[in-house]
Amino acid sequence: MAEAAAVVAHQFDDAEQQRDSVSLGMWLFLIQEIMFFGGLFLGYTVYRYKYSEAFRIGSNELELAWGGINTVVLIFSSLTMALAVHAAQLGKRKAIVAWLLATILLGSVFLGIKGIEYTHKFEHHLVPGPGFHYEGSHARQVQLFFSFYFVMTGMHALHMVIGVGLLAVLVWMAQAGKFDSAYYSPVEMTGLYWHFVDIVWIFLFPLLYLLGRDR
Amino acid sequence: MASETTIEQALPRKHYLNASYGVKSWLLTTDHKRIALLYLMTVTVFFLLGGAFAVMVRLELLTPAGDLMDSETYNKMFTMHGVMMVFFFLIPAIPAVLGNFLIPIMVGARDLAFPRINLLSWYVFVLGGTFAFGAMLAGGVDTGWTFYTPYSTTYANTYVIATAFGAFFAGFSSILTGLNFIVTIHKMRAPGLTWFRLPLFVWAHYATSVIQVLGTPVIAIAIVLLAVERVFRIGIFDPALGGDPVLFQHLFWFYSHPAVYIMILPSMGVISELICCFSRKKVFGYHFIAFSSVGIALLGFLVWGHHMFVSGQSVFAGMIFSVLSMLVAIPSAVKVFNWTATMYRGSISYQAPMLYAMGFLGLFTIGGLTGLFLATLAVDVHLHDTYFIIAHFHYIMVGGTIMGYLGGIHYWWPKISGRLYPDMWARFSALVIFVGFNLTFFPQFVLGYMGMPRRYHAYPEEFQVLNVMSSAGASILGVGYLIPLVYLLWSLRYGQPAGPNPWGAKGLEWLTPSPPPTFNFDETPEVTEEAYEYQKDYEKQRGKEAPVG
Amino acid sequence: MILQSQLPLFPEQASSIARQVDYLYFFLVGISAILSVGIFSTVFYFALRYRRKSEDEIPKPIHGSTLLEITWSVTPLVVTMILFVWGAALYYRMTNAPPNAMQINVVGKQWMWKIQHPTGRREINELHVPVGQPVKLNMISEDVIHSFYIPAFRVKQDVLPGPEYSSVWFEATRTGAYHLFCTEYCGTKHSGMIGKVVVMEPADFEQWLSGVPTGETMEQAGERLFVQYNCNTCHNTSSGARGPLLDGLFGSTVKLTGGGTAVMNEGYVRESILRPAVKIVAGYRPVMPTFQGQISEEAILQLMAYIKSLKAPEGGARKGGEK
Repeated sequence: MAEAAAVVAHQFDDAEQQRDSVSLGMWLFLIQEIMFFGGLFLGYTVYRYKYSEAFRIGSNELELAWGGINTVVLIFSSLTMALAVHAAQLGKRKAIVAWLLATILLGSVFLGIKGIEYTHKFEHHLVPGPGFHYEGSHARQVQLFFSFYFVMTGMHALHMVIGVGLLAVLVWMAQAGKFDSAYYSPVEMTGLYWHFVDIVWIFLFPLLYLLGRDR
Repeated sequence: MASETTIEQALPRKHYLNASYGVKSWLLTTDHKRIALLYLMTVTVFFLLGGAFAVMVRLELLTPAGDLMDSETYNKMFTMHGVMMVFFFLIPAIPAVLGNFLIPIMVGARDLAFPRINLLSWYVFVLGGTFAFGAMLAGGVDTGWTFYTPYSTTYANTYVIATAFGAFFAGFSSILTGLNFIVTIHKMRAPGLTWFRLPLFVWAHYATSVIQVLGTPVIAIAIVLLAVERVFRIGIFDPALGGDPVLFQHLFWFYSHPAVYIMILPSMGVISELICCFSRKKVFGYHFIAFSSVGIALLGFLVWGHHMFVSGQSVFAGMIFSVLSMLVAIPSAVKVFNWTATMYRGSISYQAPMLYAMGFLGLFTIGGLTGLFLATLAVDVHLHDTYFIIAHFHYIMVGGTIMGYLGGIHYWWPKISGRLYPDMWARFSALVIFVGFNLTFFPQFVLGYMGMPRRYHAYPEEFQVLNVMSSAGASILGVGYLIPLVYLLWSLRYGQPAGPNPWGAKGLEWLTPSPPPTFNFDETPEVTEEAYEYQKDYEKQRGKEAPVG
Repeated sequence: MILQSQLPLFPEQASSIARQVDYLYFFLVGISAILSVGIFSTVFYFALRYRRKSEDEIPKPIHGSTLLEITWSVTPLVVTMILFVWGAALYYRMTNAPPNAMQINVVGKQWMWKIQHPTGRREINELHVPVGQPVKLNMISEDVIHSFYIPAFRVKQDVLPGPEYSSVWFEATRTGAYHLFCTEYCGTKHSGMIGKVVVMEPADFEQWLSGVPTGETMEQAGERLFVQYNCNTCHNTSSGARGPLLDGLFGSTVKLTGGGTAVMNEGYVRESILRPAVKIVAGYRPVMPTFQGQISEEAILQLMAYIKSLKAPEGGARKGGEK
C-alpha cells in the first residue's frame, strides 16, 4: 500500500512536531477532565461518609446486572478502539472502519443500557426533583445519592456521546482514506479520549454500584 | 540594537491586518494575531460594562443612606461589577490579547499549536459573555460574584444560573487558551530557543496556563452542582436539605484562589519585558523570576482556605492555610526586588509603558503586603469581609493586573497596529490613573480596619468622609481609563508608522515588521543569544569585551 | 488621641484581645510602610539617577547575585514566619473560650439578629453583656449564611444555617455601645442587619436582665416545649419506650444503627429534631417524625437548654425530668 504523505498543518514544522503537539494537547485535556470529574468524586465521597446508610440504600437500588454488563461492554469497546488505532497505524482502511464501527456500536449499547436504567429509575420515582419519592427514612439523603448518580453518570454519558460523535467523524475520514502509517493522530488521540472515558466508568461503577452492596 | 526611530518608517505593504478583508475573514480567522484583536474588542466591551457598574456603586456610596437606588438594585450592581471584571476581563485580558498575539512570535513560530481551538476559545468566551450579559439585561443577579450557598441555591430570585453558566463558558475558554499555550511553548520553540532563553513573558504565561488547565475544571463542577441544586432542590449545599454550605466554599475557592494568580502572573510577565526594555538591561535574576512564576502557580493551589478562616473551618486547617499563604508571598517579593534591581545602573526612559511598570512596582507591593495582613489569622478575623479586603484585591487586580495590561498594550501597540500613539497623552493618562487609583482605594484600607463591611448599600455616618474620598478618586480613575481609548483609536488613522522596533528592545517580536505578516516570519529564526541580551550591543559600542558585573 | 477622633484609623478597643490585635496590626503596618516606602523611593531614585542621557546609551550589564537573591528570600521568610506564629498564637486564644464563659444564643435570619439570654430575656438587634465577663455566643442561622461582627471587639464568625452551630467568644473591657454588623452578604437588607452591643457594669446588667418579666428561663421554656411537642411520649422512662431516654445523655457518645458512633452535641440534637432519620441511636427504630418547619431555631435552643439540664438517673430509681 503506497504511503501518503502526512498532512502537516501550516503552523507545524514537520509531522513529528505535529504528532507530539497533538499528543501533548490531548493529555493536557484529559488531565483537565480528571480535575473536572475529581470535583464530583470529592463531593460524592464527602456525602458517602456523612450519610453512609442512605448511600448504601441508594447503591442497592442500582441495577447491578445492567451496570455490570455496561462495564464489560465498555472494556470491550476500548479493545475495539485500540484495534482501530492499530489498523490505522498499518493503514488498513477496511479494518479501521470496521473497528471504529464496532466501537460506536458498543458505545451505543452502553448508552442504550444507561437509557434503560434511567427509565427504570424514572418509573420508580427515583429521579431527583419534584417526581422523587422514596418510602422510608433517609428519603432526602437517598435523593442526594441519586443526584450524584445522575450528575456523575450523566456527565460520563455526555462524554460518551461526544466520543461517539468523534468516532463517526473518524469513520468518515477513514472511509475517505485519510489515515496511514504517517498520519493517524486523530485516531490515536480519539483513542486516548475513549480510554479515558472508559477509565472514569471503571471508577464510577464500584463507587456507585458496589460499595455497601448487600449481596 | 540601536534605535531606529530617527529613520522615517513606512508601513509594510502586506501584513496580517490587510491580508484579507471582510467580516468572514475575521470571524473565521485562525491567525492568532487576529484572534487576539477579536479578544481585545470583546474584553474592552466587558471592561467598560464592569466599569459602569462600578460607577453606580461608587455613586451610591457617596452618601451613607441608600438613596440613589434600592437595595436589590445595589446588590446587583456590585455583583455584576465583580462577575464582569473577574471572569470577563481580568482572567482573559492579558493571556487572550497579549499572550495570543505574542507567544507564537516570541517562540519563533508561525502560529499557536491549535489555531482552530484558539478561535473556538473566542467563540466560547463570547457565548459566556452573552449568557452573563443576557442575565444582566433580563434583570441581573445579586449573589455576589462568589455565589455563596444557600443564598444562591435557595434564596436568590435573580438570574443565578444564567450568570453562573456565563462564568462556566468563560472558564472553558480559559482552559482552551491555557492548553494551547502549554503545547506551543513546549513543542514549537525555534531552534536555539532553550527554556532559559525564553522571554519572561512566556514563562509567566506558561505558569498561568498550568493553573488555567488544572484549576478551572473545579469551578466548572461547582457551578454544575449549584445549578442542579437550584433547579432540583437537592441538598448538596443547603443545610435545610441536608447539605453543607461550606463544601461549596471549598469547591469555589479551590479554583478562585489560583484564579487570582491567573490574573496577576501574566501581568508580571509584561512587567519583566517593560522594565528590561526601558532600562535597556538584562533582567536581574532571570532564573529566580522564572522559577518564582512556577512556584507561585503551584503554591497557589494550596492556600484557598485563607478565604474561609471564619467560615467554620477548623482552627488547625486555618493554621495550615495561614503558613502556606505566607510562603506564597515570598516568590512575589523576590520578583519585585529583582525588577527594582534591574533598574539599578540602567538607562531609564520614561515612556508610558515604563510609567505603568513603575506604578505597578509600587502598587503591587502595597497589594501584596496587605495580603500578609489577611494571611495573619488573628488580624484576618477582624478584616475579613470588610473594605480592607476590597482595597487589598483592587491594589493587586487594578494596581497590578490592569497597570500591567495597559503597559503591555502601550508597549506592543506599535507592533500590533503598526502605529505610534502620542506619548505625552499616554504618560498623562498613566499619571491620572495612578493618582485616581490611590485616591479611590487607599481610604478603603482605613474604612476596613474601622469595621465597614463590604457589600453594604448603606453605612453608618462616620464612614462617609472616606467614602467620598474614594468616590472622588473613582471619577478621576474613570477619566484616566477613557483617555487611552481616544488616542489609541486616533493613532490607528493618524499615528506615525512605527517601524519594526520603535523602543530598541530585544526579543523576536521586534525583528518582525510592524504589523507583522500573517505567518510572522519569512524564515524560522534561529536563536543564538540569551533573553534581553543588551550586553552584545554594549560590547559593540565599547568595541571590547564587557566586564561581567 | 484627639487626632483619633477627628480622623479615626481604628475602632475603639473594647475587648480583652482588641489591643493585642491592634499591636499585631500596627506591626504589619510598620513593616508595610517600611517596605513600600522603600520600594517606591528606590524605584523613584533609580528612575532619576539612571535616567537615559542619550539615545544610544547602553548601560553596563549586571547579571545577578545569588547572595542577594538568598538574602531577599530568607528575610521575607523570617518576617512572614514571625507574623504567622504571632497571628496563630493570638488566633488560638481568640478561638478558645474560657470555661466560665456566659453562653448567649444568637439566631440570625434575614435580616435581623435574635438574641436569647439563658434567663429567658430576649432582644432583637441588640446584645447586652456585662463588662469583664467572658461571653460565648452560640449561633445559628434560620436561612442563609450571615456573619456576626463586632469591630470594637475585633471578633467575627460566620453564622451558618447548619449543619453545626458556630460560636465566638469575647470579654468586653469597656462599657458603652458598639456597632454590630452582619458581614456575610445575605440578600436585600444585608446592610440593614446591624445593631449594637451594649456593655454594662455587672450590677446594671443584672438589673437589666431582670428588668422585664420574661416568665420563664430557657430551660423552663424547653421543658414546656418538650411536653407541647410530645417529645416525652417517646423519650421517657417506660420500658419499650420508642426513643432513648435523654437524661444525662448530652455530651456523651452514642452508638448508631448501621455501626458508627456520634457525640450528642448541639449539632446532633438539632439534626435529630430536623432530620431524625439520618443518625438513629442503635436499638431504636426510625419512627421519630421530623419537626422541620414546625419548630423555630429559638425553640430548638430552648429545648437544647432543657435537654442539657437533664441529669442522668441516680441509682435504680428513674426520675423523669427533674432538675
